[in-house]
Amino acid sequence: MTESVNLFAQQEANRRRSRWLVIGFLLFFAWLGFGGDFIRYLAAKNAHPDQPAAFFPWLGVVLTLVGAWMAKSAFDNGPRRVLASTGARELLDPQTPQERQLVNVVEEMSVASGVPRPGIWVIPDPDPNAFATGLEEKGSSIAVTQGLIDTLSRDELQAVIGHEMGHIKNLDVRLMTLLAALVGAITLLANFVTRSGLLGGGRRDREDRGSGGGPLVIILLVVWVVSWVLAPILANLMALGVSRDREYLADAMSAQFTRNPMSLASALERIEHADAPTKSIQRGTAHMCIADPVGRRLTGGEGGLALLFGTHPPMATRIARLKAMAYQDMKRAGTFPNPDAPTA
Amino acid sequence: MSALVLLAIAAAMVFWLIGAYNGLISLKNQVANAWKQIDVQLKRRHDLIPNLVEAAKGAMQFERQTLDEVIAARNSAITATSGGGAGDLPTAQMVAQTAAAEGKLSASLGRLFAVVEAYPQLKATGNIAALQEELTSTENKIAFSRQLYNDTATEYNTKQQQFPTSLVAGMAGASAASLWEITDAAEREVVKVDLSLPPKK
Repeated sequence: MTESVNLFAQQEANRRRSRWLVIGFLLFFAWLGFGGDFIRYLAAKNAHPDQPAAFFPWLGVVLTLVGAWMAKSAFDNGPRRVLASTGARELLDPQTPQERQLVNVVEEMSVASGVPRPGIWVIPDPDPNAFATGLEEKGSSIAVTQGLIDTLSRDELQAVIGHEMGHIKNLDVRLMTLLAALVGAITLLANFVTRSGLLGGGRRDREDRGSGGGPLVIILLVVWVVSWVLAPILANLMALGVSRDREYLADAMSAQFTRNPMSLASALERIEHADAPTKSIQRGTAHMCIADPVGRRLTGGEGGLALLFGTHPPMATRIARLKAMAYQDMKRAGTFPNPDAPTA
Repeated sequence: MSALVLLAIAAAMVFWLIGAYNGLISLKNQVANAWKQIDVQLKRRHDLIPNLVEAAKGAMQFERQTLDEVIAARNSAITATSGGGAGDLPTAQMVAQTAAAEGKLSASLGRLFAVVEAYPQLKATGNIAALQEELTSTENKIAFSRQLYNDTATEYNTKQQQFPTSLVAGMAGASAASLWEITDAAEREVVKVDLSLPPKK
């Protein structure tokens, strides 16, 4: 019973965080826009203190509208865009025994978790990885790489799908998908603006003509320019911080669905040992995957660097926690396995 | 003033009463629904078995007994599962009967799978491998929907026995839902059916 309460709290927290994420995103765009307008206004006033010219904050209005449009499109087709960015194809008509098995495993986990059957997508990439995306429990999607299907046994595949079902059931997918879509949007826009030199030459010219403009204008201008430059970095750091604890929770949920923590542990071990980076998955969606597709080297260790910069907790810790769960289960049931038996 | 306080307390109690009552009803429906979920999977298993037996029959003249056992277990499982009112909780007898019959069926299927595993050429004939995958998946779904049913039924039972809610339990017509116990010793010992595709390395 406490579990269902926790689940509800978890879903509510994810809804709330998603809301704040979108609000923060809009506020940031409003600052970029109206802040710029304010600086223009101050500069103009300093230049001609005697005649307050008619002034319209077009930059603020335009940028806020752009931000709102981006947020809306993140809601409308965030999941689709995330899937498209990885080159995934939807598995609608399973042909090979492998595909049939994948569909079956997803359906089994859907029964176990009580989540409506999600869409199944396959990413043509030889590195084993998987992620889930969506905005609601219903109509979410799970994407797995071809490498995952090839590398894992049926039980291991089931455990990985269970992990992704956990993310869907918690509504982690909502927050993560919005984050991926918005991080992508900010990065794109900021790169465009900083590289095209819109911030550089033109501004400085006008300022020279405005004869200094006073310290307030200078400070504001510096902060304004810095926020443009830092925006993508900040957005990526946010994506980093938001995903780590969720992985432990989703691991635990997978163990609860399959009642078999060891299969997820061995799946994670196999994923960890396949050392090629998942090339089809870019930085912007890295936080959504079961294993960090880019910085696998970082999650290999347990040290400070891994904790600071990995989007995922150290693999060794995750595996250790799962093994501890399996140990507890066996202790409760009184069935310790034969130590001579080969492990799965 | 004191009348107001009394009124407030009475209103709070009524609200609690409604909440507790509706909570129990909703849980009861969840239990009934979970039972239906099991039913769906059981039906699918019963439908798949004749296909598997048909496919295996031609290839295995030996081990006739294993096949006959599967068929017999399936037929008795169908009679045990049939019946049961719509939208109502299954009776204790129904649960026990279904559990026993399906347990036997699982055990006989496990033996058949073991035979299939023992003869690789059998697995290669026709669509036995595909059917086996379908049946394994259905077995898993049955196990998972049984988990869901047992979890939901336990939550329902706990709720109606715990103190303040227990006062409303009679009014909501709540009675303990029976759990699906694994009774058959044959089912208890895990039949290892290894269907894993070999890792391509």
